[in-house]
Amino acid sequence: MGLAMLVLLPTFDPASPYAAATHHLLLISLWMAAGIFALVCFLVFYAIIRFRYRPGQGTPKRISGNRNLEIAWTVGPFLLLVYLFIATLHSMAGTDPSAKNAAPALTVIGHQWWWEVRYPDGVVTANEVHIPAGQRLLIRLEAADVIHDFWVPRLGRKMDMIPGKPNEMWIGASQPGVYQGSCSEYCGREHAWMRFKVVAQTPADYTAWLSQQAQLPPAPSSAEAEQGAKDFQQLTCANCHRIAGTAASSGVAGPDLTHVGSRLTLGAGRLINNPQNMREWLRSPETYKPGCYMPNLRLTPAQLDALTAYLEGLK
Amino acid sequence: MSDIPLSPLNPEWPRAQAESRAHGGLLSWVASIDHKEIAIMYLITTIFFFVVGGLEALAMRVQLAIPNNHFVSPEVYDQLFTMHGTTMVFLVVMPVLIGLATYFVPLMIGARDMAFPRLNALSYWLLLLGGALLYYSFLTSRAPDMGWFSYAPLSEKPFAPLPGPSFWALGLLLTGIGTVASAINIIVTTFSLRAPGMTMRRLPLFVWMSMVNSFVILFALPALNAALVMLLVDRKLSGNFFTPASGGSAILWQHFFWAFGHPEVYIMVLPAFGIISEVIPVFSRKEIFGYPFVAASTVAIGLLSFAVWAHHMFAVGMGHAMDVFFAVGSMLIAIPTGVKIFNWCATLWYGSIQFTTSMMYALAFLLEFTIGGLTGVMFTLVPVDWQVTDTYFVVAHMHYVLFGGTAFALFAAGYYWFPKITGRMLSERLGRWQFWTVLIGFNMTFFVQHILGFDGMNRRVFTYPDLPHWGLYNMISTIGAFILGFGALLFIINIEYSRRHGAIAGDNPWNAWTLEWATTSPPPPQNFDAVPPVRSRRPVWDLMHPEDPDWKDSH
Repeated sequence: MGLAMLVLLPTFDPASPYAAATHHLLLISLWMAAGIFALVCFLVFYAIIRFRYRPGQGTPKRISGNRNLEIAWTVGPFLLLVYLFIATLHSMAGTDPSAKNAAPALTVIGHQWWWEVRYPDGVVTANEVHIPAGQRLLIRLEAADVIHDFWVPRLGRKMDMIPGKPNEMWIGASQPGVYQGSCSEYCGREHAWMRFKVVAQTPADYTAWLSQQAQLPPAPSSAEAEQGAKDFQQLTCANCHRIAGTAASSGVAGPDLTHVGSRLTLGAGRLINNPQNMREWLRSPETYKPGCYMPNLRLTPAQLDALTAYLEGLK
Repeated sequence: MSDIPLSPLNPEWPRAQAESRAHGGLLSWVASIDHKEIAIMYLITTIFFFVVGGLEALAMRVQLAIPNNHFVSPEVYDQLFTMHGTTMVFLVVMPVLIGLATYFVPLMIGARDMAFPRLNALSYWLLLLGGALLYYSFLTSRAPDMGWFSYAPLSEKPFAPLPGPSFWALGLLLTGIGTVASAINIIVTTFSLRAPGMTMRRLPLFVWMSMVNSFVILFALPALNAALVMLLVDRKLSGNFFTPASGGSAILWQHFFWAFGHPEVYIMVLPAFGIISEVIPVFSRKEIFGYPFVAASTVAIGLLSFAVWAHHMFAVGMGHAMDVFFAVGSMLIAIPTGVKIFNWCATLWYGSIQFTTSMMYALAFLLEFTIGGLTGVMFTLVPVDWQVTDTYFVVAHMHYVLFGGTAFALFAAGYYWFPKITGRMLSERLGRWQFWTVLIGFNMTFFVQHILGFDGMNRRVFTYPDLPHWGLYNMISTIGAFILGFGALLFIINIEYSRRHGAIAGDNPWNAWTLEWATTSPPPPQNFDAVPPVRSRRPVWDLMHPEDPDWKDSH
């Protein structure tokens, strides 16, 4: 049962060649650690049982040291470390191959407390990274405010996102699937809810997704949604959020909402994206993410319904 | 060195001290420059802050007991983990070790006091003032909430406009200056006040390690102190050291902080090694195995500790060359640490082991610290670090080092030296209960956190989604934390009870061999009327066994 649980752990269930290279080293280090721990346990417990005080026993004989033993337990660990060092170099090359002069295929920007994802042809999305399965993409990591960290345990290494110092790394997934990611560097109040998903799709699905994201969103399909579109522009939503093809073209403080209806979660992994949660989120963001920068606009029930209909229609 | 007289400073002041103490009351403590009284103030202060930091930890564990909990707000949670870390590192572990050194280094080398008694008092009062300033921040709008390593730019004005980080920097600056002064004091004391015959090769290992530790402090703390001043300049004078938006560097802070911060880990553990090196031989009834190797490996750790700091920064993206350099440095430090573990184990072998509470803690230390050390080696394997850094695996690792290592050693020291400090024994019966409670509580709290780290749970999250097993492991950890908290409480109860009702200890209840046991318990203000001749590493053994002294045997 213990082993079965270990297999369920994402760090022991690599889904990319990069994570697999780490996983290999992780297993080596765990076995080695277990072996050394067992040795120390033996040394201690054998002594506890065999060399415990017994009444009538005299003073133990003087032993001040043994040069050969000292050499043995200096050289032995040293050789083990040499082995681990070589294994580490191999694993580093496999986990984090050089980018050479490749151009980044997409850019992820960390914000307090959400993720902006930019593709080269102007597609901007948030809190989920779509990639084609079976291929590798070079991903550029930036930060807009404080230091964040991009981590998808099943896909590979974590990498800090540092203001003023962009980083690059390869990302890929062998099989289509949805992979959990999170910010791993403490970044303030809502660090816990700075989560995201990597969605690996078949190359055909990925291409379809990308071209769909590049299009303008469909026009509101009901009177209520149409009212929501007006509210979005007239209330302060448009100050922070952009929706392509509308007057709301300059907001950058919050996520781009052009295709928000097609996303899996709201509030960077806080809520599953459905109309009911969207309405709740708009009603009171601070209930779900206390400290987040989205203000409570004290919307009326009618405004909530209208905005929900509009935003959920942006697919 | 051997011709240094016994009381080289001012022979008048111990009498003045005795008179001031005769008046009693608070003033005699506030005005004290006696190393033993100052040390007792250190110990009481650190126990107080240990309780505070422990309560902060329990509040965090309640919040994390179940997913999506609302016991505290994220705002409060962030203050809790920042203050817990800062308190435990700067107001508990470091000063308690300095306090023990302040009490026992002069006694163990046969001196009357520290080299600079007034500086000694200043160090303590700076600690108290720094701690008070840090905690005063709770009375302003908000305590520091940016984590104990205070990464820029989160600690800078645009993201932390309230004064918390400024109090943090000022408080640590004060304690930091006091710590550097203590280090100088311990070094000078060890070099110049040793009793005749107490050569460096006969120095008790606790003194050896406290001295090496003081050198590490001397070179590491100034990096922090300078960085703290720079942070204050940024925050109060609109400087731009660590603000990328205006041309500063966020990574610069990390280099400064960890250039202090990793040596700091050894600062928090080397004197604990010293304690273990005293306790294990005494309760094995056998001298330490490989004395020169245990002492020299301490020096090696001290030197290497300055070439490892950026292993905290593998995820920064420094490039593979930098990563490999710091990986090698960090791997190498495992060797002298391993040498110590094996020498302690070898000391046990062919001994006659007495299971006092102190010894049980020392034995548990060997196992718990080994776990912490081995997970430490895992962090030097760069890709493993890339996976698990900043997760609960780190939280587990560091608590195995600092609790399973240092705190277990401190409990061992508590049972070992309490009789010397107070003249009464701690209750062994209560000690057994305390030991098993702490052992079970500690492992229950922290072992599962390794798994949580592998499971992808980041550190410093005020809550977590309801993913498979996360709730279960966190609940186990929370229950363990309360058991551990109860164990810590038993220790305080034992102290309170035993200092009034404990059995009278006598000069040397453990039949130990170093000089602190050659005087009364508690020692008189002048420590010794006469120091026994030091002709080996175990002068008190020689005194008690004139028919079979060590110095005839070897050394």
